[in-house]
Amino acid sequence: MTERERDEQEDRADAWFHALADRTRRDILRRVLAGEHSVSALAQGYDMSFAAVQKHVAVLERAGLLTKRRQGREALASGDLEAVRSVGALLTELESLWRGRISRMDELLAGALQPDNQSDNQPDPHNQPTHPTHRTD
Amino acid sequence: MPVTDVQHDLDARTLTITADFAAPVERVWDVYADARQLERVWGPPGYPATFVDHELAPGSRTTYYMTSPEGEKYYAYWNVESVSAPTGFTFTDGFALDESFTPNEEMPESSQVFRFTGTDAGTRATFVATYADAESLQKVLDMGAVEGSTLAINQIDDLLAS
Repeated sequence: MTERERDEQEDRADAWFHALADRTRRDILRRVLAGEHSVSALAQGYDMSFAAVQKHVAVLERAGLLTKRRQGREALASGDLEAVRSVGALLTELESLWRGRISRMDELLAGALQPDNQSDNQPDPHNQPTHPTHRTD
Repeated sequence: MPVTDVQHDLDARTLTITADFAAPVERVWDVYADARQLERVWGPPGYPATFVDHELAPGSRTTYYMTSPEGEKYYAYWNVESVSAPTGFTFTDGFALDESFTPNEEMPESSQVFRFTGTDAGTRATFVATYADAESLQKVLDMGAVEGSTLAINQIDDLLAS
């Protein structure tokens, strides 16, 4: 990955989390993931001005979590499931690390963990025989 | 399966893992208190961890590194904050520049809360990891060293399941 691609990826992650850090925007996103809604229909569900709801929709759109299309005088919004999945994927990657740690922990507690390659380079004094096991005579 | 629950909180950048172990609380505690046992569970497959200094005491600093399959070393540290043996401890986990274990200012620290409680079956452990923001989380994941081959294996699973 180039430096530029990495920057773009991080900017995108920032935009996702910023967009999702608001209760109204999460609610709007849940509704538009379930189906296409006009912005005016969305605005009826909230105790705030049409303009305020429009601004929330714009934040979600800039973050790429929602797409809009025009039909006549109406703006129709729908959620982008792929983008939502990508947000979850960040934490899922971390989850896989923890699942690995915990399953090794379980093996260690069960006494079933076999010495791995590491013990070749890093001799564990507890596992080393105290006397040579072969005879020289 | 020892992992019984996983909660992702996207707003708080928090990952909460709950696991049940068939061993008493004191035994689970020992794994974290003893560097030799801890290094057998901490690094992902292919990235074994070596703990250089490790003592679970408030204010103490744990230093460790993980070695990649190519022999590259990734240095890291814990700043141990609070300890209540054998039921839990809290610490910040961060990346270091080199074998001097000077914190890498470019890399984020994460806040970790480990809790162990006795159950009929043994021990319930909860591990809560909190990242400051999305960028921190992304940087940690970009390190690659931390998830390594576990991720690769999971991707294969996903592919087979789709």
